[in-house]
Amino acid sequence: MNGTPALLKCTGVRKAFPKPDGGELLVLDGMNLEVEEGQIVGLLGRSGSGKSTLLRLIAGLAEPSAGELLYLGQPIFGPPAGIAMVFQSFALFPWLTVFENVALGLEAQRMAKAEIRKRSLAAIDLIGLDGFESAYPRELSGGMRQRVGFARALVVHPNILLMDEPFSALDVLTAETLRTDFLDLWSEGRMPIKGVVLVTHNIEEAVLMCDRILVFGSNPGRILSEIKVTLPQPRNRLEPSFRELVERIYVEMTAKPGGAAAVGRQERFPGLGIGSVLPPVSSNSQAGLIEAVAAQPFNGIADLPKIASDLQMEIDELFPVAETLQMMRFAELEGGDLKLTDEGLAFAHADLDERKRIFMRHLLAYVPLAAHIRRVLDERASHAARKSRFVDELEDFMSEEDAESTLRAVVHWGRYAEAFAYNDANAVFSLENPT
Amino acid sequence: MSDSTPAKTDSATRRFEPFGFLRDLASRWDLAAFVVVLGLIAFLGGAARGMFAPMSQLRAAPMSLDPYFLPQYAARTTLRMLIALLVSLVFTLTYATWAAKSERAGKLLVPILDILQSVPIFGFLSVTYVFFMSLAPGRVLGAEFASIFLIFTSQAWNMAFSFYQSLRTIPTELAEAAESFRLSPWMRFWQLEVPFGLPALVWNMMMSMSGGWFFVVASESISVGRTTVTLPGVGSYIALAIERRNLAAIGWAILTMFLVILAYDQLLFRPLVAWVDRFRVDQDPGVREPRSWALTMMRRSRLIQAAKLTFHATVLWTSRAVKREAPRAPDHQSVTRRSRSKDRIWVGLAAVLVALGVWRIGADLISHTSIAEFVHVAGLASLTMIRVFVLILMASLIWVPIGVWVGLRPRVAQFVQPIAQFMAAFPANLLFPIAIYGIVVWRLKPDIWLSPLMILGTQWYILFNVIAGAAAMPAELRQVSANLGVKGWLWWRKVALPGVLPYYVTGAITASGGSWNAAQVAELVNWGHTTIRARGLGSYIADATAAGNFHRIVLGVGVMSLFVVTLNRLFWRPLYYYAERRFRLT
Repeated sequence: MNGTPALLKCTGVRKAFPKPDGGELLVLDGMNLEVEEGQIVGLLGRSGSGKSTLLRLIAGLAEPSAGELLYLGQPIFGPPAGIAMVFQSFALFPWLTVFENVALGLEAQRMAKAEIRKRSLAAIDLIGLDGFESAYPRELSGGMRQRVGFARALVVHPNILLMDEPFSALDVLTAETLRTDFLDLWSEGRMPIKGVVLVTHNIEEAVLMCDRILVFGSNPGRILSEIKVTLPQPRNRLEPSFRELVERIYVEMTAKPGGAAAVGRQERFPGLGIGSVLPPVSSNSQAGLIEAVAAQPFNGIADLPKIASDLQMEIDELFPVAETLQMMRFAELEGGDLKLTDEGLAFAHADLDERKRIFMRHLLAYVPLAAHIRRVLDERASHAARKSRFVDELEDFMSEEDAESTLRAVVHWGRYAEAFAYNDANAVFSLENPT
Repeated sequence: MSDSTPAKTDSATRRFEPFGFLRDLASRWDLAAFVVVLGLIAFLGGAARGMFAPMSQLRAAPMSLDPYFLPQYAARTTLRMLIALLVSLVFTLTYATWAAKSERAGKLLVPILDILQSVPIFGFLSVTYVFFMSLAPGRVLGAEFASIFLIFTSQAWNMAFSFYQSLRTIPTELAEAAESFRLSPWMRFWQLEVPFGLPALVWNMMMSMSGGWFFVVASESISVGRTTVTLPGVGSYIALAIERRNLAAIGWAILTMFLVILAYDQLLFRPLVAWVDRFRVDQDPGVREPRSWALTMMRRSRLIQAAKLTFHATVLWTSRAVKREAPRAPDHQSVTRRSRSKDRIWVGLAAVLVALGVWRIGADLISHTSIAEFVHVAGLASLTMIRVFVLILMASLIWVPIGVWVGLRPRVAQFVQPIAQFMAAFPANLLFPIAIYGIVVWRLKPDIWLSPLMILGTQWYILFNVIAGAAAMPAELRQVSANLGVKGWLWWRKVALPGVLPYYVTGAITASGGSWNAAQVAELVNWGHTTIRARGLGSYIADATAAGNFHRIVLGVGVMSLFVVTLNRLFWRPLYYYAERRFRLT
């Protein structure tokens, strides 16, 4: 690096949260990352992959449990002056006008009044908010609000701009306009920033905007692979090379850990026992995806990018459903494709009662927690068991919140399959059906 | 939003107007603001002068029932209430902030607040009075302090709680934005925390102001043992009217109260509510933005604009002046070690305080109270408790259906809300003549027929909340029940009652707490020389206060807060969480 320190350098970063039972919940491990001048680096992954956590570590809003984060060669303790952030929900102060929101960061730096005014107006002008200076955030549309978010970050002249899914709360058209505007300003060098870190779960957005994409895996969050994007700007979503790259990332993200050598579907869910966290995916979503894959034009095998755009689902929404189907052995996920199993196809063509029977069979065979609950209920003379009993068992393996959401998922599936009943008023599982 | 953009004038297109320069000098709104501000200053300024007068003046100019003096009395009372509100605000911003920011302090401060809320400080008036008198010997000021302190105790706690809750629920991303743009703690407080907490705080200030009236009568004529100090004010006017059995004077007092409440509602709270509306974080374009002519006046008038800018500049200036710590590399080990030893000191301090308290209470109570006395007081408390529950039940039977009916009709609600707000401020003392007259003429049992006075001021909280709940019910839910033909009792059982339940419980909790406090006024009633009492904890404390019997006061107040806290923990709080969980429509 010719002796000058890198803009941002993270080595061996690890973040864990203590659990009440004394253990720890590992959310991020072995993270290495370097941001060079003139780069937009994308952190791509699903929710729970730790990408937002990494962003907050860089922003100085949290501290790593181990490892080192260096900004211009200096360790990061607390928010550094040269790093600014754009938030997913905009995080504007509703009681301040556009101008006051933008000026706030400069006031915090105790800049001279005239200078604050000059720079704030320049940032407002740059980002296309001229004329809105005295408006309050609630008077603005979502797109305009996020422009304020950008202006507020740019006005402090940061070296690094951090963006936490900045376009995901906007509608499709607005998001695209904002992305294009941002990329124009960036390529023309009109923004006072040297590097960008963008967190996203939208694959196309990552390919559209980034020079480098780090694909994140979950449990714990880690970097699965790094992809360099060399397509020239401005990029065209319809170009074959663009589509190819999107497809490649889908394959990366659905790859089995341990590479092709690993065999058996078990591998996707390492150690799937009673203690694994179940995704909150409803039986309706599962049936819906099965039907979509079974129908034309997919006929049982769906290309993930294709079906994602057909169903207008982001990977954050699609992947959990697809993986639940895989866990339930209704489908297989491989090489960027989702392929229904024979049972999955049978489910697609069955009527409601038959579907429930198939679902019950798979639930009790492949979801150990469901089988466990059913077994307990069968063994007891009363055919009833308190929820707290299972919560206690789960909390040996997972956090309180995960145990809660896992039980909610299994209650939902069990009710759909009519494998067992649950009464929320007294928190009791039973075999009775309500009369 | 014409008021937030600087007016742009184009000199070329402006017509010539005679006295146009006057328009430049001051807008119409400036003029209005000038008159209002000056009027207020004159009104309250005269009252303030009286506060610093020597004690002898009180004796020289005794209270008069002539309505001519009422504006002056009203000014004194209003000034006291406003000062108490200001003190409550300062208390809120410091106490609640401390409790929310320091985990260590919060552990102690929050339960203290919870208890303070349920203790009728009323009873301690005679004790605190001596202390306050000693602050300004020989001057009215000391008695004023005591009176203001009493009003403060009826206003402060719910405000502090509301601000504490707000501080704990600041949206993560807003907090992160403030941190990432490196706002100093001082700036963060004024730019993020206070604005975020303001909407809830203003609402609680309105409630507090209403609640304060209830104690105005008691706070203005303070009797300790045989001495009585009467401070000029609406409250002591009412007290005198009751003593002299003057019905006309009671009427004048009601009229005065009505005008004062109307004035501060229009001049203070309406503008505040309309102003803080923009502070709400949920940024959906609101249902209907609250409006206020006074706020429009303040916004349009340069006079008040200038004041606002000065305040803003002060916040910024102090932000610059307060030193900021440079971020340092944290040294985890020493930090934990230091915080652990701090923890220990804190726990030790708390333990010493608790031990001191136990010893004081123990020494006072045990040496002066027999077990029989305690049992007797607990029995009286049970009587009061039964009264409170029966009254809440009866008030619910009346106000829930009415509240639902009103809440579903926005036009009616708009009309009823301010009336209910006025009724909530109405002190029970004003109804003493009616109560006594009825009880004496029909030879009714005071144990039963004095009870309605307890809930007189507090039942309106049930109405308020039920109206709010019914108004918040999604239109689609109502439409679907109409579509399905759900009517009559089925509609009440399955749609209306579950829909308003969380709101109703909130209202019932407030009403119950207020009724306990009101017991002291409502269970012992005077009209001239006629005294009627209902057996209960309220009359016990009232008697003890009148007699200046400190041990009985402590016992009565202690038992009352014990009952209230226990009821809250074992009954109201579980009910509240149940209603929130099962019936909250989100």
